[in-house]
Amino acid sequence: MFGRSLFAVFSVMVAATACGGGSASYASVVDKAKNDKKLVIGVKADQPGLGLRTPDGAFAGFDVEVAKYVAKELGVDPANITFKETVSANREAFIEQGQVDMVVATYSITDARKQKVSFAGPYFVAGQDLLVRADEAALTGPETLNGKKLCSVAGSTPAQKVKSEYAKEVQLQEERTYSACVDRVLGGQLDAITTDNVILAGYAAQHAGKLKVVGKPFSTEKYGIGLKKDDTAGRKAVNDALQKMFSDGSWTKALQASVGASGFALPQAPQLERY
Amino acid sequence: MEALLFERDTILAAFWMTVRLTAISALGSLALGTVLTAMRVAPLASLRGAASAYVSVARNTPLTLVLLFTGLGIGANLGVELSDDIATNNFWLAVIGLTAYTSAFVCEALRSGLNTVPVGQAEAARSLGLGFVKTLRLITLPQAFRAVVAPLGSILIALTKNTTIALVVGVSEASVRMREMIETYGDQVIEIFLGFAAGFVLLCLPMGLLFGWLSKRMAVAR
Amino acid sequence: MSFANLYEAPGPRGIRRNRVLAAVVALALLAVAYVVYVRFDQKEQWAADKWLPLLRGDVWATFILPGLAGTLGAAVAGVVLAGLFGIIFATARMSDHRWIRGPAAMVVEFFRAVPLLLLIFFAFFGSFVLIGVNISAFAAVVFGLTLYNGSVIAEIIRSGVQSLPKGQREAAYAVGMRKGQVMRLVLLPQALRAMTPVLVSQFIVLLKDSALGLIVGYDELVDRGLNGIAANFSNVIPAAILIAAIFILINLSLDRLAHRLGVSGRP
Repeated sequence: MFGRSLFAVFSVMVAATACGGGSASYASVVDKAKNDKKLVIGVKADQPGLGLRTPDGAFAGFDVEVAKYVAKELGVDPANITFKETVSANREAFIEQGQVDMVVATYSITDARKQKVSFAGPYFVAGQDLLVRADEAALTGPETLNGKKLCSVAGSTPAQKVKSEYAKEVQLQEERTYSACVDRVLGGQLDAITTDNVILAGYAAQHAGKLKVVGKPFSTEKYGIGLKKDDTAGRKAVNDALQKMFSDGSWTKALQASVGASGFALPQAPQLERY
Repeated sequence: MEALLFERDTILAAFWMTVRLTAISALGSLALGTVLTAMRVAPLASLRGAASAYVSVARNTPLTLVLLFTGLGIGANLGVELSDDIATNNFWLAVIGLTAYTSAFVCEALRSGLNTVPVGQAEAARSLGLGFVKTLRLITLPQAFRAVVAPLGSILIALTKNTTIALVVGVSEASVRMREMIETYGDQVIEIFLGFAAGFVLLCLPMGLLFGWLSKRMAVAR
Repeated sequence: MSFANLYEAPGPRGIRRNRVLAAVVALALLAVAYVVYVRFDQKEQWAADKWLPLLRGDVWATFILPGLAGTLGAAVAGVVLAGLFGIIFATARMSDHRWIRGPAAMVVEFFRAVPLLLLIFFAFFGSFVLIGVNISAFAAVVFGLTLYNGSVIAEIIRSGVQSLPKGQREAAYAVGMRKGQVMRLVLLPQALRAMTPVLVSQFIVLLKDSALGLIVGYDELVDRGLNGIAANFSNVIPAAILIAAIFILINLSLDRLAHRLGVSGRP
C-alpha cells in the first residue's frame, strides 16, 4: 500500500533527521543513567509552582526539583537532563514508547495507569480542590456546584468525578490549558476550576486577591514518578532516591521554594508505597 | 475492531455533531461571504477597506487561534453568553469561529468568480438602469456563483474537516472522540483511525462528487 | 478598480450621499471597536503587566523565536514534501494506465477527505504499532501536512494541466516528444505557472495548519509561544493577539511575494 511505503519513507527521514532520544533501549532507567549519563524526563511546562518553562528557558517548579534530585542519585548531572514537555493526555504514551525515561508531572498513581506504567513514590500527596473567584462565598465544596459551571483540562479525569459523586447538576467545560480556565473564571463565564490543590495554589498566587482555593480537598492524589512498566530495578532505585530526599530535608526545602509563597500549607513527606 | 463496534453510538453522536457544525457554519459562511464580497466591490471606500481588512486577518490567522479568540475573546472577555448550557454555548461559539474563518475564503472565491463575469454583463445591466445592488444581485453574482461552484465545494470539504478543530472551544466532536478512544484502546490505534477516517471519507467524498457534477452542470457556457 | 464597472461614477449628489454613508459606516465600525475596547478594559486585558512581557528579549528568545522556528521548520519541510507528493500524484492520476490512475486517485481522494488532525494523531500514536519506531512530533506534523496538502496540491496541478489548451499537448506530440517529455517539459511548467496564486494560498494554508502540531506537543508558535507565555504571565489574550499578528504578517508577505512572482512570471 502507498500509505505503508510512505510511512517507511518517513521513518527513514525521521531516523536521518529528527532522531530523538530513546532509540537505544535499556531494560531499566538505572542502566541508562549509568551508561549514558543522560536522562530525558517528562515534566509539565505550563504549571506554575510545579513544572513551568520560564522566560530564561529553564524549567522550574517542585516536580522539576524532584526530578533533578532523583537524577542526581541515579548518577546523572542536572546539566545532562533533557526536560521534555508532557501534557496530561500523553504521559502514558511517552513512557510506553520510550520518548521519555521518566515522568515527573503531577502524575497521580491509579490502578488504571498501573496497567500501562510503573510508579515510584508517591513523592507528594495532593487533594482535588476548587479554585474560585475571591469574592465567591457560595462555593464551599464540590457539593455546592449544582447548576454551576466547572472548568477542567482535557485529558484529566477529576471533573467527571465531581459530576458523578458530588453534584449531578454541574456543567463541565474542558479547556486545553489551565490559563484558559483561569481567564474564563475571571471573566465570570465559568464559576470554578477543579484539579489538585497544589496546582490550584500556583494560580491563586499568580492572581492574588482575585482567586482563592476553597481549601476542602475531597480526594487523595498520590503523585508518583512514572517509569516503564515492570522496570522493578528502576522503581527501587527511584524510591531509594526519594527516601533520601525526604530524610535529608531537600524535599521540604524544594516544596517551600516552589509553592510556599502561595500560602499553601506544607504537608509532611508522604509514606513511600513500594510494590 | 471491537472498540469501534463497542463505541458505535458515541462515534455516531460525534459525527452527528460534525455534520451539524458543518451545515450551520456553511450556511453562515455563505451568507457572510456574500455580504463581504458585496462590500469589497461596493462604491464606498470604507466598506471596501473594512471588508478587505477583515478578509486579510481572518484568512491568514490559523483556525486554532480564531477559535481561541471566539472562546476567550467573545466568551470570557466580551461576556457574550449564547446559552446557559455550556455545551450549547460552545457549539455556537464554534459556529461563530468557523463562520468567521470560512467566510473569508468564500469571499475570495466569489470575488474571483466576479472576475470571470464579462464586463459587458455589468455594463448592459447599468445601461438598463440597474443600480449597484441590483446589478450585483440580479446579474453578476448569480453568474459568479455558477463559476465558482467547484471552489465552493472545496471550501465546504475543508470546513467539514476543520470542524475537528472545534475541540479548542470544548466541542466534543469526532476528533475528541478519537483521542479518547486512542487513550482507552491503545492497542487498536489503526482500526480506530481507519474508522474515523472512513467517516470523513463518507462525508467528504459525496460532497466532492456532487460539487464536481454541479460545477459542470452549472458552468456558464460562453 | 477592476470592479468599477459595477456602478456609475457618482455625480455630485451621489458623492455627497456616499460621503454620508462612508461616515455612517466608519462610525459603526468605531462603535464596535469601542465596545470591544471597553469590555476588554473591564477585564483588565489592556493592563501593562500583560503586555510588557511581550516586549522582553528573554520572552522572545525562550518562547516566540523557538516557536517560530518550529512553525517555519514544519512548514518548509511540509511545503517541499507536499510539492513533491503533489507533482507525483498529479502525474500518476493523469496516467494513461488505469492501474496507475486508479490507485493514485484513491490515495488523493482519501487524504483530501481525512482531517489533518486525525492524520497527525494517527502518525504520532500509531507509528509505534505500525512500524515499530516512535516518530517525533515534528515528523508526525510533517507527515500530516505532506499527505493532506500534497493531495490538495495534486488536484490543483491536475486542474492546471487540464485547463491548458489542447494545442499544447498536440504540438508537443507533433514535434516528436514522448509522453513523459510532454508532461515534464510542456504541460507541468505551464500548469505550475498558471496555478502559482492557488499554490501559494495552499502553502499559506499549510503554514497555518502547522499550528495543529500543538496537539502532539510539537513546539510551534501556538504551543510554545502562546501557552508558554500565558502560563508565566497569565495573558492569554495579549499573547494570542501577538501570535496572530506574527502569522498574519508572514502570510501577507507570502501573498505579496506570490503576486510579484505571478506578475513577472507570466510568459
